[in-house]
Amino acid sequence: MSEQQAAPASGPKVKKFMFVNRKAPYGTIYALESLEVVLITATFDQDVSLVFIDDGVYELVKGQQTKAIGIKNFSPSYRALDGYDVEKLYVDQDSLSQRGLTEKDLLVPVEVLDAQQMGQLMAQQDVILSF
Amino acid sequence: MLHIVNKSPFQTRTLDTCLRMAKPGNALLLIEDGIYAATVGSATEERVRQACATLKVYALQPDMDARGVTAKLIDGVTLVDYAGFVDLTVEHSTSHSWL
Repeated sequence: MSEQQAAPASGPKVKKFMFVNRKAPYGTIYALESLEVVLITATFDQDVSLVFIDDGVYELVKGQQTKAIGIKNFSPSYRALDGYDVEKLYVDQDSLSQRGLTEKDLLVPVEVLDAQQMGQLMAQQDVILSF
Repeated sequence: MLHIVNKSPFQTRTLDTCLRMAKPGNALLLIEDGIYAATVGSATEERVRQACATLKVYALQPDMDARGVTAKLIDGVTLVDYAGFVDLTVEHSTSHSWL
């Protein structure tokens, strides 16, 4: 991968990390925990991809208002990811359409992939972490 | 790639999503409640049989034994013990533990 070749020759090997997000944002802690691990991984200058599958696509829905449930709305953090050079966000097409969502409903730019493309992407990773 | 699924196919969509994205030649290991997918007469039997055509499918025997369903194993699915589980993770460069 060209990104890996760009790493300093003396530095540690850059690995390709994929974070697989498959849970809705507030029912469980998984979505938030994933985001925190993503930020940690990015701090170590690794090659990070995030994918959103099944209920994970709900993490990216615009207009989340959590005040009345007493939980911090962490969805703006997804917009801050590019500040950490995390720019590879992928969403599963079927998961979106099954939920009546389109790319326009999402709060960040993403690349929408079909299942086969998603499988290809997974095959390219060094490490896959599921949330 | 080794896909590891530990949830009952009747409780979550994890297995379905995994099967949708797994590439031919990948391995699938069913553990914990995931092993119920590998039992004959279940609603998932046909899906697992189809998966066996393109994937190598394994089930963790201690989990099948614990749940009393070892005799119902779908033929085409290979039983492994804990040492076999370790071997699979060594044989495949990447493991994806679906959650």
